[in-house]
Amino acid sequence: MHNATVNSLSAALAAKTLSSVEATRHFLSRIKVLNEKYRCFITVDEEQSLAQARAADRLRAAGRAQPLTGVPIAQKDIFCAKGWLTTCGSKMLSDFVSPYDAHVVERLNAVGAVNIGKTNMDEFAMGSSSETSFYGPVKNPWNTAAVPGGSSGGSAAAVAARLTPGAIGTDTGGSIRQPAALTGIAGLKPSYGVVSRYGMIAFASSLDQGGPMARTADDLALLLNVMAGHDARDSTSLDRPAEDYTRELTRSLAGLRIGLPREFFAAGVAPDVAKAVEEAVRQFRQLGCETVEITLPNMGLSVPVYYVLAPAEASSNLARFDGVRYGHRASGYADLADMYRKTRAEGFGEEVKRRILIGTYVLSHGYYDAYYLRAQKLRRRIAGDFVEAFRKCDVIMGPTSPTTAFRIGERAGDPVQMYLSDIYTIAVNLAGLPGMSIPCGFDGGGLPVGLQIIGNYFQEARMLNVAHQYQLATDWHDRAPPGIELQ
Amino acid sequence: MALGLDDVKRVAQLARIEISDAGAELVLRDLVRIFGLIEQMQAVDVSGIEPMAHGQDIVLRLREDVVTESDQHALFQSVAPQVEAGLYLVPKVIE
Repeated sequence: MHNATVNSLSAALAAKTLSSVEATRHFLSRIKVLNEKYRCFITVDEEQSLAQARAADRLRAAGRAQPLTGVPIAQKDIFCAKGWLTTCGSKMLSDFVSPYDAHVVERLNAVGAVNIGKTNMDEFAMGSSSETSFYGPVKNPWNTAAVPGGSSGGSAAAVAARLTPGAIGTDTGGSIRQPAALTGIAGLKPSYGVVSRYGMIAFASSLDQGGPMARTADDLALLLNVMAGHDARDSTSLDRPAEDYTRELTRSLAGLRIGLPREFFAAGVAPDVAKAVEEAVRQFRQLGCETVEITLPNMGLSVPVYYVLAPAEASSNLARFDGVRYGHRASGYADLADMYRKTRAEGFGEEVKRRILIGTYVLSHGYYDAYYLRAQKLRRRIAGDFVEAFRKCDVIMGPTSPTTAFRIGERAGDPVQMYLSDIYTIAVNLAGLPGMSIPCGFDGGGLPVGLQIIGNYFQEARMLNVAHQYQLATDWHDRAPPGIELQ
Repeated sequence: MALGLDDVKRVAQLARIEISDAGAELVLRDLVRIFGLIEQMQAVDVSGIEPMAHGQDIVLRLREDVVTESDQHALFQSVAPQVEAGLYLVPKVIE
């Protein structure tokens, strides 16, 4: 049962060959045994999950079931869930039981999906390895000495290890796509504004987007159908007509133009990664696609631009953590100012502090024009490259990450090395475009390789079609890591 | 651009994060490396380019100026470190 996808589990529930309570119990028992090995989950609450499962079974008995009714879905611990500990992977929120639901959580609850647990992540979503969590690093199920990627590493590892058929994550600079690539699963970051950020603890407000993670593209489509849509409580949520993201899955790819940016295939890509991606492109040609070389000339600036904008926005967003209304408060202090300083020194980990300090610096008097404003202008250049590229192609492809999963601890001491993990994903967030990663092979050591598919604004349905057709012709998405069977 | 210990301490004060001298040294080392990355932006000509904050050309939505929320302060304050009579309690400000 644990090899079931969201789609196949949904079908089994609809056919009444199993109940949501049975499915939920099955995944909970796997989590009980395997979570210690991979550390995917920060919080598991069997009682709450089973109560949701019983409610889902009642919904089905009343004839009101929808595709996700009764399906266990894991939630990155960045989404506020009412009555659940919501920590964002941080000591700062280690005692925060959320009094409200994020919009995305409300939508999942409304269709009767089951929250199977809150997943581990880089603290405040700042990271590419899920090593900075207050709760300890997540291990890659393909090799537990390796990182699963980040910051949605817990969600990715949980899906890869078959502890849940689907999960939700967030992506600010690659945090859905990169861990999906490093763990051999699928993940999608929608166009900016498609998924409401209400209740999604803010990191960088102009870049953050929530999105689905699962093993297959058709699973992502089912999840996106529930997650997407206008929410008046998020001022950046777009008011667009509702879409059925499954509607184009079966469309033929004949004549699809795939743009291959020369910058994505330059030096710096590990040979095994390049090989797997090139093989995937060959597969797409066999499916009737044409390829065209394109260029994204300003792409090299995307990492520096991001590491001005994202920390700047983070420094503003994380100012709310001051020990007054929620979260950690220091126990010893002389006065209010001292309380703020000690609370924040104690509550935040080193990477979070680094980013707040960078952000504060680039926004401070005398530096705003030279850094923040300049970065905003270069952002327009970077986005403009994609607009230009999409004149010549329908989708853009390349490796999601320059390497496969690196070892735990390998890059933790060098922030710049860590930041360069996101070199292919960051520009997509800067432009606000949709991007996804699907598995396309393995390296010589058995670690997964991810293929990134980037679409033009609001082209998620077409991208899911492209991925789905590839998955009908290949079986990378069916491969399972060793050691995930219960003894 | 030379980043020094004074900059780190100034910025830590602005960000209301306490930092020891030893801590500041460590942070400075990392920040210098990160600013080395950021400096790559400085060589590019940005004249004539409008800053971009958002992928779509949209304006902030307005709504009717009516009350839409209900009073949930008891619920929201149930997670606060210290509350009394509906007020958040904080230590004194000492001048």
